[in-house]
Amino acid sequence: MFEAEVLSGGFSNPAQDSARAFRACLEAMARPGRIQQIVGAVPPAPLSPAAGAILLTLADATTPIFIAKSHDTEAVRKWIAFHCSAPVVVAGEADFAIGTWDALQPVSQFAIGTAEYPDRSATLIVECEDISAPMATLSGPGIETTQTAYLPTIDAFVANGVKFPLGYDCYFTAGSQLSALPRSTKVESL
Amino acid sequence: MTDQAYNFAYLDEATKRMIRRALLKGLAIPGYQVPFASREMPMPYGWGTGGVQVTAACLTPDDTLKVIDQGADDTTNAVSIRKFFERTAQVQTSETTAKATVIQTRHRIPEVALTEGQILVYQVPIPEPLRFLEPRESETRRMHALEEYGLMHVKLYEDIARHGAIATSYAYPVKVEGRYVMDPSPIPKFDNPKLGSNAAIQLFGAGREQRIYALPPYTDVVSLDFEDHPFDPSKADHACDLCGSEVSYLDELITDDKGSRMFVCSDTSYCTARQDEGHTGRLSPEGVAA
Repeated sequence: MFEAEVLSGGFSNPAQDSARAFRACLEAMARPGRIQQIVGAVPPAPLSPAAGAILLTLADATTPIFIAKSHDTEAVRKWIAFHCSAPVVVAGEADFAIGTWDALQPVSQFAIGTAEYPDRSATLIVECEDISAPMATLSGPGIETTQTAYLPTIDAFVANGVKFPLGYDCYFTAGSQLSALPRSTKVESL
Repeated sequence: MTDQAYNFAYLDEATKRMIRRALLKGLAIPGYQVPFASREMPMPYGWGTGGVQVTAACLTPDDTLKVIDQGADDTTNAVSIRKFFERTAQVQTSETTAKATVIQTRHRIPEVALTEGQILVYQVPIPEPLRFLEPRESETRRMHALEEYGLMHVKLYEDIARHGAIATSYAYPVKVEGRYVMDPSPIPKFDNPKLGSNAAIQLFGAGREQRIYALPPYTDVVSLDFEDHPFDPSKADHACDLCGSEVSYLDELITDDKGSRMFVCSDTSYCTARQDEGHTGRLSPEGVAA
């Protein structure tokens, strides 16, 4: 029933497409709040093309994924299983988490790393309706002065930033657009 | 062509994903050394295996790659790495800093200011700035966790006590965003001021030591010093003998066995561009300049 949808939608030219998608992720994470285009994936709804491309680029059998209620459909699970081979796990064990901001709550359930290994933390892929309308002012590494950006909330990211160098990192995705918010960014409401 | 037997940019996709995840965590935690499963490369450790793996994970077919070895585009190592990626990733290469989108470097930052859209990849031999003060990884990792950097200041102080000044002239330790002390790789301390507030993304790869770390653009990077012994990004007190530049970092070359010497820009691309513009130095061939 799902077969065509499940088996298709991967990168047509995996090495080159994932290299370009990675550069979008790299630019996004290096310049928090700036919107990048990321293309090449056609995943089943409700997974956005941007979120699909991030998963194809970064997730594999070594990276457990948490799929939040908003995205936990059979088609999405099968697509991730076929294209990424990533095991689906509970939130606390996940390297990557995918879902809407509301569905990912409480965000305290995700790994934030340890004092000696702060990199052993989750990366949240937050699916949004639209990331083009700014509602926060960002500053910190990667930003020359300040940068305005869309965020689904303020308080949770302020709390996440206070824990630096621990914390989770976020990608915000809508359609084929992508922006990122690493834990190092200072967040204020606009 | 046998090169087609290799994946794009040599490394397999699973390896690139692993390196890419480490790079992204490195950007999220500036200055923190992310462990990664370094691969054997078709070159020995110490020849830039860390840098090559980071470059391989970053390159797209649209990139223009520049490789420098202590500032020079035309040394064996730089030429070999350029050829390696020409063959395995079919990328364009250039010796001109401004034309490159990815620059792999051993021990220098180009003289020309980098721009947004450029990535600077450093080859790093020993990523741990505390390693020669504390050989145990278990201990240095804890020191980073506890932000316990007193030992590094003791080392700089002992320099002052013994030599009257901080004698560390390369791989000069820096503090990133007020948190992690980081080894900027063995760049001369002259280059340290270019680490912070740089528009380009800076990525560091240590192949043998299996560590990746990163500086996002415009990151706050401070060279460690004391109020009464402020950081001094010194260079040889000469002008370039070929292009006359008084602001570039210079190599000292011995030219005979009678003590003659010359100073030339370590950044060959910068020096060549200046000579092409008609600048001359003390040893420029006569009649070159207008």
